[in-house]
Amino acid sequence: MPFLGYVGVFLLLPTVIVLVHAFQNQSGGFSLSGLKVLGDSTVRGYFVGSAELAAVTSVGGAVLGAILAYAVASGNPEGVVRRLYLAGSGVLAQFGGVTLAFAFLATVGPSGLLLHASWFYNFPEGIGLIYLYFQIPLMVLVFMPAIDGLKVQWREACENLGGSAWQYWRHVGGPLLMPAFLGATLLLFANALSAFATIWAWENQIAYIVPQQIAIALSSEVGLANANEGAVLALGMVIMVVVVMTGYALLQRRAARWLR
Amino acid sequence: MAAVTSLGETSLTGPAKSPRGMQAGRRKRLNLFRYLVFSVFGLFFILPLLAMLRFSLEGNQLGTWSLAAWKEIVSYPGPPPLLSSVEITLELAVITSAVVLVLLVPTMIWIRLRVQWIGRAFEFLCLLPLTIPGIVLVVGLAPIYNFIRHYQLSALQLFWCYVILALPYAYRALSAGLGAIDVTTMSEAARSLGASWFTVMVRVVAPNMRQAILNAMLLSSALVLGEFTIAYLLLYNNTLQVNLYFISRATPNASVLFSTSFAALIFAFILLLILSYVGRRRRTRG
Repeated sequence: MPFLGYVGVFLLLPTVIVLVHAFQNQSGGFSLSGLKVLGDSTVRGYFVGSAELAAVTSVGGAVLGAILAYAVASGNPEGVVRRLYLAGSGVLAQFGGVTLAFAFLATVGPSGLLLHASWFYNFPEGIGLIYLYFQIPLMVLVFMPAIDGLKVQWREACENLGGSAWQYWRHVGGPLLMPAFLGATLLLFANALSAFATIWAWENQIAYIVPQQIAIALSSEVGLANANEGAVLALGMVIMVVVVMTGYALLQRRAARWLR
Repeated sequence: MAAVTSLGETSLTGPAKSPRGMQAGRRKRLNLFRYLVFSVFGLFFILPLLAMLRFSLEGNQLGTWSLAAWKEIVSYPGPPPLLSSVEITLELAVITSAVVLVLLVPTMIWIRLRVQWIGRAFEFLCLLPLTIPGIVLVVGLAPIYNFIRHYQLSALQLFWCYVILALPYAYRALSAGLGAIDVTTMSEAARSLGASWFTVMVRVVAPNMRQAILNAMLLSSALVLGEFTIAYLLLYNNTLQVNLYFISRATPNASVLFSTSFAALIFAFILLLILSYVGRRRRTRG
């Protein structure tokens, strides 16, 4: 079956290569010495940085994105606003790369249009705000189906029973959306973890997060004490992602019980 | 990233209407809330785009206007010339979406018809690239690409791994399309009339999921247009995003950066907008 062969060579093989290289020493034999890199305090700093940035931008993006998604979803389902926002979200969620860094360069860069805010180079809050630019649209896209799944009847029932808007959200809408919300937040977390292009084009002086360090390790493999540092760091990222995605899968199972 | 798929989905499944049964006062408050939210978020999203547009129209002196940067899209010398990287990226988009379709459509139809039990494992495989960060993939791909480069140096070879990146998006678009039609009946009817498997796929099933196929193609193309990480780290400097990156390193604030990026954004935006309208037309007809 051609499909399996293809995926095998270009998806599974690279993953295996990462694993193998992570457990190799300089001469190619098996060893755990490469993993020592992970214990290094600078390297641990990158992982902490990654986690921090992903946490800030996923929670922020999820909350803001949910509000926006609700505002969009409560309008006319065939309306122009909804189309514009969805198409726009699709583009922005995807284009969170180099383009995004340019856009902010034009807005707040050294000779930017608005102000020359060096604040945006701060980590994690400044760079996090830039990340929100693709995290919010992503949230809108993944959260919208859950909001669309809220039935009008539930709201009507709540109002007929004398419930206020607050009570509706506290006891009906909120709990119904919670699993989907948390799941989406984890998805954003994983997304922020793997984002690389934006920060690379924006901040070229200091490495804060793991992907930056991997890129550095890849492009200067010669001078490093451990030639397989890139692979070890990559392994660390895979472990982070696996943890996050396991949580995601568990939440999805829980959500499936509700939203049928 | 994970995103664009859902766009295709929402355009396929009819979105539920929200607060129709609401009291008038509450609706008024909701509308107020909506306009507030739209303006705040709209501002946040529009501002950097406007800034980009403004910079792309900047003349030689600060504060003057000119179209020079837009003309430069075709003439920027590079190296490599900007226009050539636009070309390569568009070619990559076409190749990638074609390969994704050739790979996925027959396999998915076959699974639906014959071997339903591996459906879950197949889905897992297809969605896997969403969770593996691009940069991790690069670490593993580097040796493979060293091998490929022995035979072929062209940046078009990037399509091998772009197909993998596009897999989850294409899969979700296609599976929504497949779910909406009765493949079994269709293929049995065609088979009993003497059609070969090839005919069943190309002339019977595929035309019935045209919308889903279009979705998959547009999503894959959008992905290729914006891809940076893998091309950059595998040292393919002549794709669009990587070329732009290097221009920005050599001449920060070169206004051609902003015109090209803005053009690419608008291009993708129009693609997706078309997608949402095509989706609607199909729905109202069916």
